[in-house]
Amino acid sequence: MSYIEFNKVWKEYPGQVVLERLNAKVDEGEFITIVGASGCGKTTFLNMLLGTETHTRGKIMLAGSEISQEPDDSRGIVFQRYSVFPHLSVLENVIVAREFQQSPLLTRLFGKAKQQAKQEAKELLDAVGLAASEDKYPHELSGGMQQRLALAQSLINKPKVLLLDEPFGALDPGIRSDMHALVLSLWRKHKLTIFMITHDLKEGFYLGTRLWVFDKVRHDPQAPGAYGAKITYDIPTGQCETDVLEKIQGSFTDTSTSTH
Amino acid sequence: MKKMINQHPSRYAKVFLAMLPFLIVIGLYLVASDARLSENPNDKLLPAFSSFVDSMERMAFEPNKRSGDYLLWTDTLASLQRLLMGVIISALIGLSFGLLNGALPFARAPLSPFVTAISLIPPMAILPILFIVFGLGELAKVALIVIGIAPLLIRDMQQRVLEIPTEQIIKAQTLGANSWQIMIRIMLPQIMPRLLAAVRLALGSAWLFLIAAEAVASTDGLGYRIFLVRRYMAMDVILPYVLWITFLAFCIDWTLRRISLWAWPWFHSAQPDSGASS
Repeated sequence: MSYIEFNKVWKEYPGQVVLERLNAKVDEGEFITIVGASGCGKTTFLNMLLGTETHTRGKIMLAGSEISQEPDDSRGIVFQRYSVFPHLSVLENVIVAREFQQSPLLTRLFGKAKQQAKQEAKELLDAVGLAASEDKYPHELSGGMQQRLALAQSLINKPKVLLLDEPFGALDPGIRSDMHALVLSLWRKHKLTIFMITHDLKEGFYLGTRLWVFDKVRHDPQAPGAYGAKITYDIPTGQCETDVLEKIQGSFTDTSTSTH
Repeated sequence: MKKMINQHPSRYAKVFLAMLPFLIVIGLYLVASDARLSENPNDKLLPAFSSFVDSMERMAFEPNKRSGDYLLWTDTLASLQRLLMGVIISALIGLSFGLLNGALPFARAPLSPFVTAISLIPPMAILPILFIVFGLGELAKVALIVIGIAPLLIRDMQQRVLEIPTEQIIKAQTLGANSWQIMIRIMLPQIMPRLLAAVRLALGSAWLFLIAAEAVASTDGLGYRIFLVRRYMAMDVILPYVLWITFLAFCIDWTLRRISLWAWPWFHSAQPDSGASS
């Protein structure tokens, strides 16, 4: 049995189908990048994995049991923005995750437990390149550094799945390639299973082991909400011909460029 | 020549310009007072500065002939006690209920409309009820301040909690936080500086309710004194008392701002418009 399974999953709003009949299997340790036009349901898909939205039909299985329908520590998330806590220093931002886990009432660790959490947090901060900024507050960090912090924060509790919602969308291209290297190294080192939404097809091909394209297969011009999107391409990256790439590009850039 | 909106006064000019309106008001007062006093030396409406000094010396440094108290200080102490008690109780109510309402939909559903309704009651209209229920003692005066400002603080704090980006709340959940932990580690610290800012704004109303309550039924307090000596048209007491109240209000406001800057530097540097200069 696969690590994550989507079994005939639908997402419908009244009068609108967002996603229809998704079937997919994902193994542990895969890195899936998701591209698609704006409004095609890729964020809805990620929110269903996260637990902030509920699928209306079908089943999503995570590690053998049905996925919980509220966010919890089995799935980590990094959003495009606002992922870190502005009132905590960089180090505290990471330690607080430990405190959530180990001190349900006071949410504070003391003595030995605190030292251990601090040690682990420092190692993670070192790995994401924030060792020198551990006493700073998030507003003193650049956008790229805030995203590094958000990654470190998500990793300390070792989630089964890491979800990335356009995490580098707001960053400069130069910083983005640094972040790619960082994500790849973290993925290998911590043996993570990652789902990442991106707008950048190149980024999608470069990063993942698999690239998913979300798109509508059927259109009804009289009722635009009648049909939902599906996974139209499921490509093992690294083995892809250029013309396929162009075809995908063509299939969603028309719609996505018009909405930007 | 630059456009007007791009012209800034120099540092010294700024200080001078800040003082200018005060100087003009003082100057106008002196001229008017002088004119009236030269016509009638017993005029009570615009007393000379020397009579302010005389009467304040009497109020602050000489024991009252009847009670033996130093009136300015007993009045100040009585008023500040009521004011601070009312404001602190309101702040605690505002913080706890605001946090609860903002965090939990099941608390918000019944409480939020209720608090909104309460906050629309004009507090002065129920002052008689407070005197009937709580008697004429301290309790009624403190209660008026609490009823006057607590509902507004609750609504403000609730709004501030709801303004925290949902990304943060979801993130905390993915880090394993339960509802209680999110409330005390994520929401509470982030609304604390906003509570102080809201209290600073509410202090104006708190003084209003305090002085009103003291004017109606009291035996001491700054508001009581002003309304008492009004019978004798003692402007030489009223005006210095008003200045003194203004000064106290300024000191409280300044202290709260200092506390906020010292305790939550992340708040003030992240949001330059949130009171660092106000």
